[in-house]
Amino acid sequence: MNSVVVSGSLRNRLVLTLIGGAAVLALILFVVVRNYAVLVAQQGQDRILIASATSMLDSATIRDGAVELDLPYSAFSMLSTAADDRVFYAILQDGTLLSGYEELTFSDAQAFQFDRIRGSDVRKISASRILIGANLRTEIQIVLAQTQDALSETLDQISRNAALLGVGFFALAVGLSFWATSATIGQLGKLTTSVTRRGPQDLSPFTKPVPREMAPLVKSLNSLMGRLDQSLRQSEDFIAEAAHRVRTPLATVRSYAEATLQRVDKEENREAMRSMVKAIDESSRAAGQLLDHAMITFRADHLERDEIDIVDLARDLVQRMTPIAEMRDLSLLLLGDPRVQYSCDPVLIQNAVRNLIDNAMKYGPAESAIEITVTGEPVPRITVCDHGPGFPIHEIETLTARFQRGANAANTIGSGLGLTIARDVAIAHGGRIDLTNQPEGGACVTLSL
Amino acid sequence: MRYLVALGLIFLCHAGWAQEWEDRQVFNDTGATTSLRIISSTDTDLFAPLIEAFVARHPDVAIEYLVTGTADIDRRFRAAPEAFDIAISSAMDLQLKLTNDGYALALENVSHPAWAEWRQSLFAFTSEPAAIVINRAAFEGLPIPRSRQELIEALRARPDVFRGRVGTYDVRQSGLGYLFATQDARASETFWRLMEVMGGLDVRLYCCSGEMIDDLTEGKIAVAYNVLGSYADARVESQSILEIVLPSDFPTTMMRTAFVSGASGEPEAAERFIQFLIAFQSNRADGTQTLPPLQERDNGADRASIALEPALITFLDTLKRNKFISEWENALIQN
Ligand SMILES: Nc1ncnc2c1ncn2[C@@H]1O[C@H](COP(=O)(O)OP(=O)(O)O)[C@@H](O)[C@H]1O
Repeated sequence: MNSVVVSGSLRNRLVLTLIGGAAVLALILFVVVRNYAVLVAQQGQDRILIASATSMLDSATIRDGAVELDLPYSAFSMLSTAADDRVFYAILQDGTLLSGYEELTFSDAQAFQFDRIRGSDVRKISASRILIGANLRTEIQIVLAQTQDALSETLDQISRNAALLGVGFFALAVGLSFWATSATIGQLGKLTTSVTRRGPQDLSPFTKPVPREMAPLVKSLNSLMGRLDQSLRQSEDFIAEAAHRVRTPLATVRSYAEATLQRVDKEENREAMRSMVKAIDESSRAAGQLLDHAMITFRADHLERDEIDIVDLARDLVQRMTPIAEMRDLSLLLLGDPRVQYSCDPVLIQNAVRNLIDNAMKYGPAESAIEITVTGEPVPRITVCDHGPGFPIHEIETLTARFQRGANAANTIGSGLGLTIARDVAIAHGGRIDLTNQPEGGACVTLSL
Repeated sequence: MRYLVALGLIFLCHAGWAQEWEDRQVFNDTGATTSLRIISSTDTDLFAPLIEAFVARHPDVAIEYLVTGTADIDRRFRAAPEAFDIAISSAMDLQLKLTNDGYALALENVSHPAWAEWRQSLFAFTSEPAAIVINRAAFEGLPIPRSRQELIEALRARPDVFRGRVGTYDVRQSGLGYLFATQDARASETFWRLMEVMGGLDVRLYCCSGEMIDDLTEGKIAVAYNVLGSYADARVESQSILEIVLPSDFPTTMMRTAFVSGASGEPEAAERFIQFLIAFQSNRADGTQTLPPLQERDNGADRASIALEPALITFLDTLKRNKFISEWENALIQN
């Protein structure tokens, strides 16, 4: 009943999903930033190479029918980098080398190419220009190559920063996902505690605001409890109604039986009539107690407290019950404090105490006293003691349960609801009931309120 | 018999080889386990104190010091990079091109300011301005010219005195001379006017600073243009005779550079030598240096110094060089 089948954890699933997502995003961030940096850095180098080659081409002229190329100092100067990158160049006229590095060649497939020259990876570009002289038309081509040490240093740095960015982003996302998860799960936890904190009788709907996502759950919980409450109430009502309906005809039957008993002379018939009256009494008593119980359950749910003197209440009760007690030669003694002021439902307290006195009269021997003690300190307390045989000692724990009767009750009229009523009243007032046997004999029931 | 012939051939080759050097000296050849071959343009007597200090500190290393001209260093080194462990030259452009072409070894354990090294392979260790060196006798009672412009005027004023008595580098032979000339030409048009004036005075052309200073000291020439002041300074006997002028209009300062051959068989010892070289040159309080130290530079913005940058290879381009040489010849060699 208590163990719930657990499959996985919502928190773990949520955290894992969020962290996994964050990791993927961080990776994507890193890759994108790095690739972009590579692109930008490479474009930067390419642009400088182009500018350098262009300035070389600009210095080419035709003089006296021959090509002259006066390399500007700035062409190579602009290629100096922090990492002292190596520079290679070749100047070609119509495909034949004029000067520079002969191993530097350029196929026309692409504008920018990678190559390996003298043990170093280089980026190379080519630019050309057509020169037209008096009777000469010639093409000058410049191939320019540069190593990529400075570029890769920059890229390393950018990669490091991008990695740092990714890791930072990831750490932040992990922290956030933990926070978000516990905030979300926290709402469930709150609902759980407010469900557990409830009293056993509390079936009222939850009214505290909950997040929208949890509203359906709370709504169905509320409707479940509503139905439960209603069906409980219906069954109580049904029992009360049934008891009421049985009691009235029973009273009629009893009066007929009494009248008949007067008129019957034959001893065996009289005996039968007497058992019949006794059975009727038992039934109507049971019906009365069922009614009482239903009434108490209802009133306990909607407890209405009045500030009263419970000694007064007990005295009143004793006075009313004294005639019945005297029929059995029993005396009711009211002991204890003169006045105990307490805020309670007087109808309930009266009912409970009457049931206790009833029990004491039923199970106590004739010609004895029943002591009803009311004290105010430390808590208001009503004790009813008799001098009978006491409670069956091994059943003492269970006697307050519904319809539970003791082994000593076989010959006594009863329904097993008397102590139940007293217990429910005590609990409704936030108190308790204690059954004890006195050392010198006799049962004691204490209502602590 | 065959063996003897082979031996003889080797001996002959070796002798022929050895004769081609301006100077050749071996330091610490006893007890050394490794030996470094250094090819250098710096005169042995200027470099010897440094090498001696090095072998004193590292007795396991022997050093063979070979001296030749800057252009010759470039030629020989390209022909046989494995034959040398270290190349030292004053021709920054040639050194940078060798490095650019992949002949130099990157040294991880040498720390040097960025403006004084290139690719962690080529290291500068001196700052030496190009100077106008004047024999005081020729300017008796006259103001000594302090700039190129003043020199032009002084030469024009007394052509009879200076005819045949001005000298400068033959840029066709000397790598350093070519470097100075190209950098001067880049800086100002005054250079070409000076060349024309010197050409009109039947300029004498030299391969090396040493000879130029010899002739100056002896009075064969009165003025030498673009000589290394450090060489003149080093000559004790010249000091009273010669006046070293750093042109005030725009000085051209060269940095002597060294690198370890990528094909060196002793890269570890060579790296130690470079480390020592840099430390030795920057330790100013020492006083044992015969070479000028590397001048401190706050940033690379010092225009007077020739920067170690790939632009140095511009004037080494064949077309550019041919053009420059022919212009230079037109200006200087007028008859
Ligand atoms: N004063 C008492 N002395 C001995 N036994 C008692 C006393 N009061 C109650 N009991 C025991 O507790 C049982 C439950 O009592 P109760 O709920 O009042 O039902 P009942 O209608 O049987 O009296 C009784 O059946 C009886 O066994």
